This record gives sequence, C-alpha cells and structure tokens, in this order.
Amino acid sequence: MRNKGTPILEFRSVSYRYSGTVAVDDITLTMSAGDFMAVVGPNGSGKTTLIKLALGLLKPSGGRIRLFDHEPGDFLDWHRVGYVPQVAAGIQERFPATVAEIVAHGSYSGFAPLRFWKRTKTAEVMAALEAAGVAHLSDRRIGELSVGQQQRVLVARALVGEPHLLVLDEPAAGIDAAGEEALNDLLQRLNHEQGISVLIVSHDIGAVMRQANTVACINRSLVFHGQPHELTQNELGKLYGFPVEVLLHDALHEHR
Amino acid sequence: MPLILQFDFMIRALAAGAIVGALGPVLGMFLVLRRFSLIADTLSHVALMGVAIGLATGVHPSLVALAAASAGAITIEYLSSRQRLPGDVTLAIVLYSSLAVAVVIISGARGFSVDLFSFLFGSILSVSELDLFLLAGLGIAVLVYVTVFFSELSQASFDPALARVTGVRVGWINLGLAILTGATITLSMRVVGVLLVGALLVIPVLAGERLVSGLRAALGVGVAVGVASAIIGLTVAFYKDLSAGGAIVLTSVVFLFVAQGYAVLRDRRRPFSTE
Repeated sequence: MRNKGTPILEFRSVSYRYSGTVAVDDITLTMSAGDFMAVVGPNGSGKTTLIKLALGLLKPSGGRIRLFDHEPGDFLDWHRVGYVPQVAAGIQERFPATVAEIVAHGSYSGFAPLRFWKRTKTAEVMAALEAAGVAHLSDRRIGELSVGQQQRVLVARALVGEPHLLVLDEPAAGIDAAGEEALNDLLQRLNHEQGISVLIVSHDIGAVMRQANTVACINRSLVFHGQPHELTQNELGKLYGFPVEVLLHDALHEHR
Repeated sequence: MPLILQFDFMIRALAAGAIVGALGPVLGMFLVLRRFSLIADTLSHVALMGVAIGLATGVHPSLVALAAASAGAITIEYLSSRQRLPGDVTLAIVLYSSLAVAVVIISGARGFSVDLFSFLFGSILSVSELDLFLLAGLGIAVLVYVTVFFSELSQASFDPALARVTGVRVGWINLGLAILTGATITLSMRVVGVLLVGALLVIPVLAGERLVSGLRAALGVGVAVGVASAIIGLTVAFYKDLSAGGAIVLTSVVFLFVAQGYAVLRDRRRPFSTE
C-alpha cells in the first residue's frame, strides 16, 4: 500500500469508564498502514471496548484517538474501514436477508435514492464472496448458515468496500479449527498481497503470534506493545495477572 | 356489480383497507427485524391517549392522536438508542404510562364512550373522503421513505453498530421510521382500531418472511399478504356482518398459518437447511 508506515490508528492515554468501572485505562498505542496488529488479553480485559473506541462506537472518557487522522466520532470515510463484528453472539435465525444482500451493504457509500431498484449481486459482491470462500452461499439466508460461514460472509461484507483497514473482533470465536485456519490464511493474504492493514482481537495468543507483526497485550491497561517475538513469559504472566500454571489450574477448576 | 361495490362507503373502506394493508408491512418489516414489533402496539396506545385528550378538550381527536404518536415515537427512539434503556423496557414504560393517562381522562370525563369505542375497535365504514386522502398521502410518503432509505433501514435493523461503522446515520433513520409508524398507526386506527392495529404491522411480515428469502422479496410478499387480508377480511365482514378490524386481522393470521405450514413442508423436503 502507498504510505506504508504512516500511522492510521493512534491511542493517546485513552481511558474508558462506565458506571464507575474502568474498562480501559490509560492506553497509548499506534498502528501504522500495512501493520497486522493483534490485540490480546484475557476475557473482560477491554479488548472489545478498545475496538469500539477505535471505531467511534464508544466515546473515550479520557485521552485522544485518531483514526486516519480524524476523531472517530467525526470520521466520515467509513469506506476505508471494514469492520467484522463478533458473530457468535447471534445473527437472528429468521433474518430474511440473503448472503448477497448482506455483502452488498458493505459497498454502502452514502445516500443513493435509487439503490433499492438496482441489482444486489454485482461483480464486486461476487468477487468479495469469492475472496472469502463463500460464493456458493450467495442466495442462502444469512440466518441459516453456520457461525463459521456467517463469519466469512461478514468478512466478505467488510472486503467489498475495498477497505484500507480491516478490524475483526474475535473472528475465531465459535468456528472450528479448519475454519479458523482458512480465515487466518485469508487475512494473511490480504495483508501481504493487497497491503490491507489488519487489526484483530483475539484471546488465542498462539494463533495471532504467528501472523501479527505488532501485538498489543491489554488487561485494562497496556501490558505490552511491540513485535510478537519480544514478548516475554514475564509479560504474559503480567497480562493474565498470575503465572501460567495458576491460570491452567484455574481453567481446570472452572470446567470441573 | 357485486353488492359490496354498490355502496360508496364500502368502496372507500376497501380503498382505505388496501392502503393500510400495504403500509403496515412496509413499516412493520423493519420493526420486526429490529425485534421492536411491540412499538406498534405501544404507539397505538399513545395515540389512544391523544384521542382521549382530544375528546376531553374538544380538539380534533385524530390530530391530537397524530401529535401524541409522533411525540411517543421520538421518545421511544431517544430512550432506546445507544442502549440508554433496553428496548422492551422502553416500550413498556411508554405503553403503560400513556394508557394510564388515557384511562384517567376517560374515567374523569364521561359521555364520549361511543366515540371512544369507534377508536378502540375501528369504524372503517365511516371512513371519509378526507381520511382517504390523508391515508393516500401518508402511503406515498412511507413508500418513498422506505425505498429511498432501503439499504440504510436494512443495515440498521441487521446490526446497528455495524451500520454506523459503514456510515449509516442509524439514529436519524430509525427516528424517521418511528415517526412514520406513529402516523400510520394513527390513521389506521379508523380501520382496525387501537387494539388490533399493531397486528397489521407484524403478522403479514411474519408470513412473508416464512415464504421467501431476500429482504425485498419478503417485503413484497408481506405487502401482498397485508392487502389481501384487508380486502378479504372486509368482504367477509360485509357479507357476514362482522367486525371489519377483527376479520382483517384474522385473515392475516390464516395467511400466517398457511405460510408456516408451507415452510415446514418445504424445509422437510430439503435434506439440510443448516450445517
């Protein structure tokens, strides 16, 4: 991509509080064009809140955010951003939209009064579905697909607008290992071949370590921000608040 | 000429019924998709409060109802946008507080129970030419709004946060929808009454959604079901001397059952509908 290396997303001492709880505490980080940045952290660490702040869906209680050099709240160039929300929580089973209709929404570029009368399955929509590997599902209802397929449809929806930045919130949640690998391959190709910047939230550190060139570990505050190979055991311990053995023990305890 | 078409009032009733039958699902589709079906019921009770105020103060009840329903729509959208309150809680608060006001006014000022009954249960046979013109004008406004903002409305109902990040002004789009819903409900009250008007926004949409895939197709089938229900229901009501509103809504319920039966058979024949 042109301008590789220019900052596209910046957090300066950003905090977010709701009803007395601090969800995000004094986070400063920078993402540059061409980056593949992973945000990792335990459940409830503020990862999704961070994404919502970056996209202007939440207003920070303190600090400053710049998205393509604008306040996210005043940002208008949404075609530069492709957002893939968490799908596992639920698309209505009865939602009558077809896959092609959902993907066509991604090419929205403001008021167009005659859009209702135009074809939905355009070449761009089909190309995006092809890229996400779900072209064969174009006429199916979004609600009747598996979670993994819905995830890919939303990736296609994000791709159809030819974004510069792709933001994915826990895309691996609710999909099987094969689906996760296919998705990871796709993101890797988009990043390497088309220079699309990727910001991905995950709680699976292993998976994103292999792909990302930048990692932000957060547990309300920023624990680590840098290249994945610089991340130490010590910082991982700090991220989860206690040594890994204890974490494992706790996980076993919870599932008993 | 069949008997039903020999009376001017029946022709006006059929025309009004057809318009209301078409408008209901056009607006209702997005309300159902947003899981906001009960906004119709809520706004009809807000309109009832307007009618009660109008009858008690001597101001034209339909006008007060229209103003009240619009104000109610704005209040609901404000309270439920950005999760200030959960949607169902918002609707409950607005519904019961306006219904309570209506009941208090009605009990305080006796003597207009007959007029009130025509609003509660509808009086389609007394639809005037002016009512018909108003309905037609509103119908055009709704059709223009929904077709022009179809993508925005669809996106806002699918996932409001995603819609906002795509550049859709979700708050304004939903506000426009709510105000038109308030107006449609107020004018439709004459046809089916406060108690049943919500059904016209919801039931044809559910039938359409069972029958076809695709937002535009579901909208089209919903409108067809709404119009057919109105005409069949009115005809049955005319010949059998039944309540017009009740007959219209019951007809749409029959359509819904048939659609559901068809969908069950269709899905059984298809070996897998999900993976």
